Amino acid sequence: MTANAAPAQGAPPSRFARAGRNKVGDIALTVASGAAILMVLLILAVILGDVVLHGAPRLSLKFFFTAPQQGMTEGGIFPALIGTLAMVLLMTVAVVPVGVATAIYLREYAPPASLLTRGVRIAVANLAGVPSIVFGLFGLGFFVQFVGGGLDRVFHAGARVWGQPALLWASLTMAVLTLPVVIVATEEALRAVPRELREASLALGATKFQTVLYVVLPQAVPGILTGTILAVSRGAGEVAPILFTGVAYFLPNLPRSLHDQFMHLGNHIYVLSTQSPDVDATRPLLYGTVLALLLLTFVLNLSAVVVRAKMRRRFAGGAQ
Amino acid sequence: MTSREHTNREYEQELRKLREQVLRMGAKVEEIISGSIKALLERDTVLATRMIAFDRKINQMEVDIDELCMLILARRQPVASDLRFITMALKLVTDLERIGDLGVNISERVMELNEEPQLKPYVDLPRMADEVQAMLREALDAFVAGDPDRAQAVIERDQTVDAYYTQVFRELLTYMMEDTHNIYRATRLQSIAKYLERIGDHATNLAEMVVFMVKGKDIRHTGKLEGESAGG
Amino acid sequence: MSPPSVTSQDRNQDRNQDRPTKLAVRDLSVFYGEKRALAPMTMDIPEKHVTALIGPSGCGKSTYLRSLNRMNELIPSCRVTGDVRLDGEPIYGPGIDPVVVRRRIGMVFQRSNPFPKSIFENVAYGLRIGGMKSREDIAGRVERALSQAALWSEVKERLQDSALGLSGGQQQRLCIARALAVEPEVLLMDEPASALDPIATAHIEELIDELSHDYTVVIVTHNMQQAARVSDWTAFFYMGELVEYDRTNNIFTKPSKSKTEDYITGRFG
Repeated sequence: MTANAAPAQGAPPSRFARAGRNKVGDIALTVASGAAILMVLLILAVILGDVVLHGAPRLSLKFFFTAPQQGMTEGGIFPALIGTLAMVLLMTVAVVPVGVATAIYLREYAPPASLLTRGVRIAVANLAGVPSIVFGLFGLGFFVQFVGGGLDRVFHAGARVWGQPALLWASLTMAVLTLPVVIVATEEALRAVPRELREASLALGATKFQTVLYVVLPQAVPGILTGTILAVSRGAGEVAPILFTGVAYFLPNLPRSLHDQFMHLGNHIYVLSTQSPDVDATRPLLYGTVLALLLLTFVLNLSAVVVRAKMRRRFAGGAQ
Repeated sequence: MTSREHTNREYEQELRKLREQVLRMGAKVEEIISGSIKALLERDTVLATRMIAFDRKINQMEVDIDELCMLILARRQPVASDLRFITMALKLVTDLERIGDLGVNISERVMELNEEPQLKPYVDLPRMADEVQAMLREALDAFVAGDPDRAQAVIERDQTVDAYYTQVFRELLTYMMEDTHNIYRATRLQSIAKYLERIGDHATNLAEMVVFMVKGKDIRHTGKLEGESAGG
Repeated sequence: MSPPSVTSQDRNQDRNQDRPTKLAVRDLSVFYGEKRALAPMTMDIPEKHVTALIGPSGCGKSTYLRSLNRMNELIPSCRVTGDVRLDGEPIYGPGIDPVVVRRRIGMVFQRSNPFPKSIFENVAYGLRIGGMKSREDIAGRVERALSQAALWSEVKERLQDSALGLSGGQQQRLCIARALAVEPEVLLMDEPASALDPIATAHIEELIDELSHDYTVVIVTHNMQQAARVSDWTAFFYMGELVEYDRTNNIFTKPSKSKTEDYITGRFG
């Protein structure tokens, strides 16, 4: 907005003209934040640009659907892709019910100041801060050796079936890793449901359970979904926790049961960059794999945004 | 009546203004009555003329007070004691205006009486006039003080005035029967007595309204304050 | 209060008749933790009349209202003592389910709070959670509730539209319809019109008058003129105490307590 006509000759300046000092502040802030944004975009462009440039040519249906061949110098990423998807699926199935139920308990049923509530909250917070490699060790010790070993003793008379790295254990380990995210996201979504809606439901003679089921949860679903998808997309990329609990650097066959090992995109990237016999031949495959993983993450994040927007529109009919 | 003030100062001022105007009108009306009676007793035509001219002023005061009450009702939506005060003020003012008219009527009769010599020494009329003026003054004082007991006392005095009227009327009747030349003056005097009696009735109305305003009990047409038991 | 039956149709005359007591409150007192919010109060709320609760902010009228349908219990530190009886049956006590109480004593809130569902589903909610299954029954009750709330003609063509697309006044009437659908005996209203413009307020007041023929209505309002217009009986609360409770006509022309007089004439300093 600029002043219209210049003041007439000899007329005093308008009282509505901007004071000089304020204007400088505005300009400085605009410039600084613009520069920061540009820098971020630049870095992103450099990273992505390199990957896209070198990886895009490798992407093809054949790439996605072929197994690695000739010592990882040719072929594709099919088993890694399948393995990743399988693990992610199992992880989701494990984490969502537990996480959502915990959050519902904490928010809706637990007496606010009780020892149990506070204990659970502290545990969740700490869990979120544990380094992922530690999760891997936990998974190894608890799931693989303790639970798996126990199952073997009971069902297989000591033969090593469950007591070794397996798809199931890796998925459960990842579930534990992503649990805090799901719990927090669900809790936030539940908290965002206005108190008035709960009161309205209760005032109509609904029990707390009915209120949670028919009023609170439907309203919180977008938030829960978003949190879940974000947790999943993080889980898709984490490698450390699955190192000891189920991933293998190369398998001739796809996993056929829950106690088989599997290949993983993230791990495959590591393998390609460190274990390859012929670095130059592998490099294009590496770029392709990285791009594939990035695409997967990107697609998951995008779907989270889309789902949230769609559900918001469905619920809000007017002023909300 | 509570002694606390309204939070809204303007409202408080409007009510105060209303009270002042009512009192000023009351004072003017008292002045007309006493002036007219004095004109009668001293056969003072000039004074009587002056009293007649006051009528316009009284009427104007009535209009002003009505307007102020309308304004307060529209703007403030008064309730409880304020509501009683304002609605009674509207009615008080009607009675005061009538009393003023009656005072003017007295002066008009005085002017007619002064055309002929005095018929008889005035004995009962002055007593009646004193009583009625006292009633009016007491009713207005009760209004100012918010005192229902004083108002109740006024109501009881009305009987005395009625008794005076009967007496005066009988006496004038004998004068009229005695000599037809007396009729002109006797009828004028009887009218004056009637006006005084009606002033007494209006003063009683004022007193009844004061009781309602203070206590919230409507005692019009029954004249008596039932004890704090049934009713209302 | 003696219970003669009323035959007159005239509302004003009706206001002065006596009615049986619907809600009998005896020595009701409410505490939040150690702090007492309501002094023990006793009150008889008449059937099929409108009772208004007035008083300055924080005087306890909303707390009192919420005690009548046990909504206060949602606050963890809240403790209620005393006795409240609906048609002679206590609503507080061991073994008495607040959920059932709330089906008989409904509530409408200050800010309209429709569910983010369709108009139809909003009104049907109470019926569905109460176990009603038949689609015809539900539809019939929904129509009836919306008609009682004077909203049916405005929404009958768009029952499946989101409730959030309605105007403020319509949303509030929807909330009233929602409460009426479960056919409570008592309707509690916590400042139902305070968030509405004058025309919408007038509609709600008209509605309250209509509803009081069939329901017992208790309404909290900070607008005294509204209380005077709408109610048959008025209770004045001040600092957690019931100061005066009388017919509205009396409260607004000749209240007995000077505190009441001060409040309603605007003499509060």
